[in-house]
Amino acid sequence: MVALKPSRRIQYLFTVNPAAILQLGFWVALSVATMTLDHRYRLLSGLRDVLATAAYPAQYLARLPAEAKGWLNENLAGRGALLEENARLREKQLFLSVQLQKLTALEAENRRLRSLLESAVNKPERVLIAEMLAVDFDLYRHRILLNRGRQHGVYVGQPVLDTSGVAGQIVQAEPFTSMAIFITDVNHGLPIEINRTGVRTLALGTGNFQELKLPHIPNNGDVKVGDTLVTSGLGGRFPRGYPVGAVTGVEFDPGSPFASITARPFARLDRIREVMLLESEVPDIEGTTAAAPAGARPR
Amino acid sequence: MTDETRGGGWIIALSFLAAFLLGGVPLVGGLERFRPDWVAMVLIYWSMALPHRIGVGAGWLVGLLMDVGRGGLLGQHALAFAVVAYLTCQTYRRIRVAPPWHQAFSVLVFLLVEQVLVFWISGVIGYPPRDWWYLAPALGGMACWPLLFVVLRDVHRHFEIG
Repeated sequence: MVALKPSRRIQYLFTVNPAAILQLGFWVALSVATMTLDHRYRLLSGLRDVLATAAYPAQYLARLPAEAKGWLNENLAGRGALLEENARLREKQLFLSVQLQKLTALEAENRRLRSLLESAVNKPERVLIAEMLAVDFDLYRHRILLNRGRQHGVYVGQPVLDTSGVAGQIVQAEPFTSMAIFITDVNHGLPIEINRTGVRTLALGTGNFQELKLPHIPNNGDVKVGDTLVTSGLGGRFPRGYPVGAVTGVEFDPGSPFASITARPFARLDRIREVMLLESEVPDIEGTTAAAPAGARPR
Repeated sequence: MTDETRGGGWIIALSFLAAFLLGGVPLVGGLERFRPDWVAMVLIYWSMALPHRIGVGAGWLVGLLMDVGRGGLLGQHALAFAVVAYLTCQTYRRIRVAPPWHQAFSVLVFLLVEQVLVFWISGVIGYPPRDWWYLAPALGGMACWPLLFVVLRDVHRHFEIG
């Protein structure tokens, strides 16, 4: 072992190397500088792109065990289980296609009526499927890394959906990956309306995957447990009418001007694996699609 | 103790990569909160074993890559890891002679410093920790240290990294 070799200079147990402190000072100052540039001015996107591309293989490797498990599950599933699943899916497909027929007719009618009214026609939206590469290991920040990036047409502010509801939005788009923030992140606010009454408000994240809070509804507001929340389309990021969640608790506190209202998101954010990125052209107040940080305060 | 640098750079890099991947393995239920910061622990090992090679600068670089890989604020882990590497490099002569379970207490202190720094920065940018659980990974790290130490020491000896 190395330690057995004779030392060239005498080393003391309790020496402090003054040069090391200067060195530490230099690196600390450098990190403060990069953090400031990154957080406040977002100047380091070039550097981040380069490093993110370099880190991609590692992120891909990190996903391999989960992929292998999925592959094994698919390949080793018994014939009976597969037949059963097949039958179930067939049934669901039939059910959905019947519903879809109705929907296409309704959509066409809706468009005709809207064009009669000369209002903005809801353009059909394109959907990009993305898989999750990693979650933020920080338990307090609800962010996930997705395997689609700018090369695939992902942009900052793009809405992210789960099969059952709104999940979040893109906050960072690298060349091959992107970072999405969930609606339950403490720094996320989502413009919503209550489907039953049309009351518009904000749903804020709480840091808990199962909970949103609606802090801006007055004590005499008309909200009931079970009310469905949908996106209001304000803020210019999320198209209107996507389901967000359901109200789970309403408490009127006579001492405070606002009711304390909680809701549970429809999207199952803690067990998400695949998400849909919505490519929508929301009429934006500033004129450009998804350029304004209106819907949320990312990070 | 020599100041010579002898090979094994890729082994060191590989150990950091393995630690990064290990951080992504899902853990059962309550253990998730105690998930040790493997990358920080590997950094502590190398800067204790090879302080002339893995110092503050290397720690900073590893932290920066970690920030990119995990999508955090660029420089957050870099700062914390630089401080951890500094502390290790200043005290390695005292720690290295102790048995692994004894070293674990020093490692606990380093990991606590790292966690506190990371969460201070998170707090500054608007993500203050909600409870005291954020310190739990340091305890997990302390519990896993003897194992990690033995594994890395064997790797270190086998490849004769100097």
